[in-house]
Amino acid sequence: MIEIKKIWHILTRYIDSFLLIGILALMAVGLVVLYSATGANIARVSNQAVNMLVALFIMWLVANIPLQQIMRLALPMYALGLILLIGVALFGEINNGARRWLNIGVTRIQPSELMKIAIPLMMAWYFDKHETALRLRDYLGATVLLLLPVLLILRQPDLGTAILIAASGFYVLFLAGLSWRIIAGLAVTVAGSLPVLWTVMHDYQRRRIITLLDPSQDPLGAGYHTIQSSIAIGSGGVTGKGWQNGTQTQLDFLPEQSTDFIFAVFSEEFGLMGNTVLLLLYLLVIGRCLVITANASTQFTRLIAGSITLTFCTYIFVNMGMVSGILPIVGVPLPLISYGGTSMVTMLLGFGILMSIQTHPKLVKT
Amino acid sequence: MKQHVELRNHPAELHKFRFRLSISAGFVLILLLILYARFYYLQVIQQEHYYTLAEANRIFISPLVPNRGLIYDRNGRILAQNYSAYTLEVVPSQIKDLEATLNELAEIIEITPTDRQRFKKLLKESKRFKSLPVRNRLTDEEIATFAVNRYRFPGVEIKARVLRQYPEKEIVSHIIGYISRINDQDLDQLERNGELHNYRGSQHIGKIGIEQSYEKQLHGITGFEEVETDAAGRSIRVLSRTSPIPGNNLILSLDLGLQEAAEKAFGERRGALVALDPNNGEVLAFVSKPGYDNNLFIGGIDQENWNLLNGSIDRPLNNRALRGVYPPGSTFKPFMALAALELGKRTPEYSMSDPGFFSLPGVDRRYRDWKPGGHGRVDLHKSLVVSCDTYYYSLANDLGIDNIHSFIGQFGLGKRTGIDIEGEVAGLLPSSAWKMSQYKQKWYAGDTISVSIGQGYNLATPLQLAFATMIIANNGKAYAPRLVKQIQNSQTGEVEDIPARMLYSVYMKPKNLEVVKNALVDVTRPGGTAAKAGANAAYTFAGKTGTSQVIAIKQGERYNEKAINERHRDHAMFIAYAPAENPKIALAVLVENTGTGGSTAAPIARQVFDYFLLGKPAEAAVAQLTEPAAEHDHDHGHL
Repeated sequence: MIEIKKIWHILTRYIDSFLLIGILALMAVGLVVLYSATGANIARVSNQAVNMLVALFIMWLVANIPLQQIMRLALPMYALGLILLIGVALFGEINNGARRWLNIGVTRIQPSELMKIAIPLMMAWYFDKHETALRLRDYLGATVLLLLPVLLILRQPDLGTAILIAASGFYVLFLAGLSWRIIAGLAVTVAGSLPVLWTVMHDYQRRRIITLLDPSQDPLGAGYHTIQSSIAIGSGGVTGKGWQNGTQTQLDFLPEQSTDFIFAVFSEEFGLMGNTVLLLLYLLVIGRCLVITANASTQFTRLIAGSITLTFCTYIFVNMGMVSGILPIVGVPLPLISYGGTSMVTMLLGFGILMSIQTHPKLVKT
Repeated sequence: MKQHVELRNHPAELHKFRFRLSISAGFVLILLLILYARFYYLQVIQQEHYYTLAEANRIFISPLVPNRGLIYDRNGRILAQNYSAYTLEVVPSQIKDLEATLNELAEIIEITPTDRQRFKKLLKESKRFKSLPVRNRLTDEEIATFAVNRYRFPGVEIKARVLRQYPEKEIVSHIIGYISRINDQDLDQLERNGELHNYRGSQHIGKIGIEQSYEKQLHGITGFEEVETDAAGRSIRVLSRTSPIPGNNLILSLDLGLQEAAEKAFGERRGALVALDPNNGEVLAFVSKPGYDNNLFIGGIDQENWNLLNGSIDRPLNNRALRGVYPPGSTFKPFMALAALELGKRTPEYSMSDPGFFSLPGVDRRYRDWKPGGHGRVDLHKSLVVSCDTYYYSLANDLGIDNIHSFIGQFGLGKRTGIDIEGEVAGLLPSSAWKMSQYKQKWYAGDTISVSIGQGYNLATPLQLAFATMIIANNGKAYAPRLVKQIQNSQTGEVEDIPARMLYSVYMKPKNLEVVKNALVDVTRPGGTAAKAGANAAYTFAGKTGTSQVIAIKQGERYNEKAINERHRDHAMFIAYAPAENPKIALAVLVENTGTGGSTAAPIARQVFDYFLLGKPAEAAVAQLTEPAAEHDHDHGHL
């Protein structure tokens, strides 16, 4: 008995059970929807279950590492990520007209995925180093740290990932106290540079935006996704059509049903009631993350926790927004639900850091 | 950490941070509310509208699969074709008890256990809403029987499909390859290449051979049909249609008649033959024996046939011409001879006395010639004609491995030739640097001795040997071997020639080439190792015999063919081209486990030449169990 207790203690010592329950609930929803979305393909579902277990294990590992150790990784991880991104730009494999993957002999890697964690870590570390007196040039330095990888990813081109990474960095800047005046200035600049951005955008990116404004422009091409997913969600109604009974899903009208558009499957089959439950589950996880962030003790932990939390929210909003037709289509998965191992691991790595922040003894008591 | 700093500005800083965090939280909440409002709008306010749309989402964009391009030989004989057939198909999601339905179906239409196995396998791999074939190639009678009983089988339909067929089966299986059902890996690959949209509706994709490497040409462009369907998914009428564009036809450089002649010359023997046109690198024949019936793979091969093919000791699925590596044996000697002349290590006039063995200076070990007692006085010409080993042992020592590697490397050994089908292996032409990186050992003079007669680390594919022979035959022009000669546009019918591609040229002095080429002609004349195969030929042909060793013979032992298990016997090799003065064909022959090149491989080359140059039909050239041959060409003394 004592042995078991001991093992249990070791396993759960650094786990935040509140957060874990929320994550597991969302994962369970994910598997159920995936079963329907893949047309009852057990192989795919079990494959995803394995992805989840691997991700949970990584989360547990990270949660067990004290923050001082994680902090030490910030600079090396960022440097490695940057080198790999330059490697992609120079020697990357071209697929689908984009250069995102790097073949390192044994396997292919997508360095932009690493950057999703490395950027907030690096910037939080940077502000932690400079916290005594934050001046404008500190913010400028941080901005440069952020812009280097973002520009490299934009060049690949991978607009979705670039925006998400830029957002995760901006959250650090914002939480570190970037002055309102600069934020206002930034907003104006961004708005002003939109026409410029438009001219440097790739054709397919422009098409996505035009399509968002008027999907009927191109019903068989770029608009097809938006139209079909809106029909799926809308026709689900309040109660949904029932599990495995969504006609949009099962008759293959919905594109990419198991990955980026899995929310449309869920929405069609479980309706507004299902959506309410799902949003509440997400709110639960977000709420807990915010509490952990608010209670974090050092500048570094606060910034990293805040950035991870807000990035998580961004994923949810961007994915659901594009599937329900209020945002343009960018390749962003629905966190913890969409099929795919990489994003699952990145997501849970973030939660592992949050758990570590919450459960390790705090250096400075408030 | 920086405790003092934290304490100094802590309260103010924390307050500021929490304020910012609250703003963020409020922002997040607003965004989620916007989402919720959108859901409410779609699912409550507009629910009826979208529900109607979903129900009316019966305008199905159904893909129209293009007909796959055909494949012909150079004379227009068909190698891969399509035929329309009726298939019995089932949509699993529309059937309650699949097993019972299959049993009932089996009462009116024959469904073999093999059909069932294949269907079950498909069922596991596919979505429930996809239509899956239970039986292919229904007869008219079966179609009629089903039509009468159709009302009993909702969810079961007869569909007209276009299926692939390879009429020549085994003979060209290693060239054509096959198409088979698209699997998850293929899908991933298509998605990565951005071609997935063009495969909506396609069930098959090229997996190997020409079918794989020319997939883009053969597949064609998928068309679309907007079809209005009823609630059960049955089509009512076609609203609009974009026709598919059929794949392009391929015309191979292969001469099917020649291929058949070569096949026939092999009889039941295992081996490979590659014949190239020395004037442009076109592949005239490409044999790997045994072949397999590539039709078996199209609908997904059943377990029984798979076990039969995959488990066979003869390894019919192995493309020996492309992927089989063998020590080139004495067929390596002409290249050694050219190296000797070009690098100035030997003159044509130089001769040495062959006592039947060679020893490195200061070492006792004897590297023996295949002929006990030796060949007497041997010059370069004679060394090739009688295939003297000792001459090359001593030459090897003077040339050194790195000279050999860089000179003979020009003939394409140890490198992929770049033929237009995938899976080619590179073979091995060793060098001292290679040995160091592979084994962390320095190169020994003794290693060079075995390399000089095509043994030791040397490994080459039959394709590479044919390529190297072509370069001698055409005086140094390295053309990339290619199987596809022309592509016929399916729309316009226009035939586009694929131009010959000369990769590089090898410079050799004409008089040196002449010395070696004259010797190669004498190989097929009385006194040469291939004299028998050359007897009474109506044209002059040049060649070199070789023996590729399967098992190692210890120092002091002799090779005894009769005492050795048939599968461990030496492979016979022969490289040749004809007519010698103006070569039209260059080839390499490998016959597994038959002993010497002169007695078994050279006669096959003769048959192929006779057919190609004279139009003479071929007959089996190799006896099933070869008697020890009169002319010996064994290269075993060195081990």
